[in-house]
Amino acid sequence: MSRSLITQPCPHLLVRGARVVDPGLGIDQTLDVLIENGVIKQVAPHIQAPYHFEMIPAAELVLTPGWFDMHVHFREPGREDEETVLTGCAAALAGGFTGVCPMPNTSPATDKAEIVKAIIAQGRQTMVDVHPIAAATKGREGKEPTEIAELVDAGAVAFSDDGCSVRTAELVRRVMEYAGMYQKPLIEHAEDESLSLKGAMNEGVIATRLGLPGMPAIAEDIIVARDLLVAEYTGGRLHIAHLSSRRAVELVRWGKSRGIAVTAEVTPHHFTLNHEAVIGFATNTKMNPPLRSPEDVEAVIAGLQDNTIDVIATDHAPHSAEEKNVEYAAAPFGIIGLETAMGLIISRLVLTKKLSLSQAVEKVTVAPRRILNLPQAEIKVGQPANLTLFSLEKKWLVDKSKFYSKSRNTPFDGWQLAGKVFGVYHKGQWWANPDF
Amino acid sequence: MIVSKHLLGLAGVRREEISIILQTAQFFKEVLNRPIPKVPTLRGKTIVNLFFENSTRTRISFELAEKRLSADSVSFSTTGSSVAKGETLLDTVRNLEAMKIDMVVIRHSASGAPHFLATLIDAGVINAGDGRHEHPTQALLDMMTLLDKFGTLEGLKVAIVGDIAHSRVARSNIHGLRTMGAKVALCGPATLLPREPREAFGNDIEIFTNVDDAIRWADALNVLRLQLERQAGGLLPSIREYANYFGITRRRLEAAKRDLVIMHPGPINRGVELESELADSEFSVILDQVTNGVAVRMAVLYLKSGGDLEVANGAG
Ligand SMILES: [Zn+2]
Repeated sequence: MSRSLITQPCPHLLVRGARVVDPGLGIDQTLDVLIENGVIKQVAPHIQAPYHFEMIPAAELVLTPGWFDMHVHFREPGREDEETVLTGCAAALAGGFTGVCPMPNTSPATDKAEIVKAIIAQGRQTMVDVHPIAAATKGREGKEPTEIAELVDAGAVAFSDDGCSVRTAELVRRVMEYAGMYQKPLIEHAEDESLSLKGAMNEGVIATRLGLPGMPAIAEDIIVARDLLVAEYTGGRLHIAHLSSRRAVELVRWGKSRGIAVTAEVTPHHFTLNHEAVIGFATNTKMNPPLRSPEDVEAVIAGLQDNTIDVIATDHAPHSAEEKNVEYAAAPFGIIGLETAMGLIISRLVLTKKLSLSQAVEKVTVAPRRILNLPQAEIKVGQPANLTLFSLEKKWLVDKSKFYSKSRNTPFDGWQLAGKVFGVYHKGQWWANPDF
Repeated sequence: MIVSKHLLGLAGVRREEISIILQTAQFFKEVLNRPIPKVPTLRGKTIVNLFFENSTRTRISFELAEKRLSADSVSFSTTGSSVAKGETLLDTVRNLEAMKIDMVVIRHSASGAPHFLATLIDAGVINAGDGRHEHPTQALLDMMTLLDKFGTLEGLKVAIVGDIAHSRVARSNIHGLRTMGAKVALCGPATLLPREPREAFGNDIEIFTNVDDAIRWADALNVLRLQLERQAGGLLPSIREYANYFGITRRRLEAAKRDLVIMHPGPINRGVELESELADSEFSVILDQVTNGVAVRMAVLYLKSGGDLEVANGAG
């Protein structure tokens, strides 16, 4: 079972001596931050604490805008045994995220205003901002566009048939044109199913050795290419979800160089693991897109470095143990990611100096909110305090039994990582990580 | 010497281990030629044969091997082999665990199913074919048959012909043959060759898409059974075209002026991948393979249950 999270009202707080990193404002320095009634009151090198304020000595910690994950799966409605909005939000908070976007491949699909509203209402009971992404087509069937205007009014921040691609180029065009009226992006799961077929892992040397049916990288590349051309033609906004292949990185880079309104995200598992992790057939290495080759992983990291890839998002995909504890081909795609994301980003990208801390933080704070036209969570006087406080160096052991998520499907159990959440402040409330 | 109590595949299995299995199999083959072809070697051991996919030959071969070794064995077959019924395997295994068994022989349509099983139970797991991954005892009996014929595998040129991409027989043969010093070629239409075969299996592997080239190169052909549904999957234009361009015929051997040893894991689609007359000809060692299959499986079951070669000899 999942753990429950104890948050407490904390209108007044002084965070003392943290390394404050706000990429949107270009800040990276040691500062005190004073919060009064949930709003940032003062940011300065040294602030005298008023007597009724809680004080956090944060000399060893980093303070950033609240982290934002624009790609999660919360399984509500439909599979509440695997994750609900509430347990998903608990996992998000425990991972340092104050905002999330649940994807619409629920059951039924999030393709109606009532479902969007219901998900938002659930989220309001938590410290986490929940911004649902609605289906691009009714039932995600790739036949007719959803009622995009009404879904926008209900609170949908983007449109996607995630789990699969929007089926035809014609529909991509119509959704981009229509959602474009409201400046909402189409978020594309890039996979040409006629090429990926019933594949279970990346097509290539390891699939050949293991005798598992392959999903070739060109299945991803072809949809990225198709959608870039449609975006250029329509002037619509395209965001590529969980990009994983070398050629897809090149295509997005090309698209940006042409001025096409394209952005992209990558998951922590795609910059951390490659298809060699599948050797041994552990089903927590089965995801879609699949873990690719070492060359693809290198290209993805290069894409993060030169900002071809704007965002890091988890694709948090909870599955029950019963569903994952089967032969590889029979297992569903996906792993959870909210509670290991920070550790992987810090350990694999920041401490290895592949990205600066500020660049990494940008990809989980500024960039996703910018892409979705949401207000930024800036560490600036007068802004609502929306903050993530964490340690860069502290080593910890991933222990899936301690997860707040309802599901346990992670390939990182037992890994030692650095980068651990100390606490999160949002909506006038404070959550302190009891495992810090 | 035998490293693992499981035999999940031949990838990574060392030369010494394969040699010991093949030597032990020779010993058991002699046992099979005695008036009473039975030894008490595995008396008191319980073996379960789990066949989630139809395979009369392999199942009977294992069952016979178990009987010849005096093991107690039961067989469980189900045609509900579809991958979608993944939970069947876990449920079955949980029941088996409670029954105190020493070894499980498993055939399953999903690659990796025996590996999954090995993580769940204490008993030894013998892979009798998993999806398109491996079929180690088939490769061992193929190697035994080649040894009978050529005396050594070192430097021997073996071409595997047919649907390599979907073949567990091919994979196990590639690993086993290369470990034992043989040269391997893969031959088939490009749609039935796997991606990056040299990167996956070794840079020295020959690739042919013209079967006559393979025949000119090889000392032995291992002709794979063509799953006829490959045509429906769009991987072949027609079975007729496959038979005409990739089928092994006496005419092709004569044109290449080659006396080749021809193997086939059975059952044969006569007239498709292999000409009927050739299957029964002086070139064919297909029935030797069947005999060797029982001996090899006896050797594997014996060694994997903790036996060693000397004791096996002593037991004789
Ligand atoms: Zn997704």
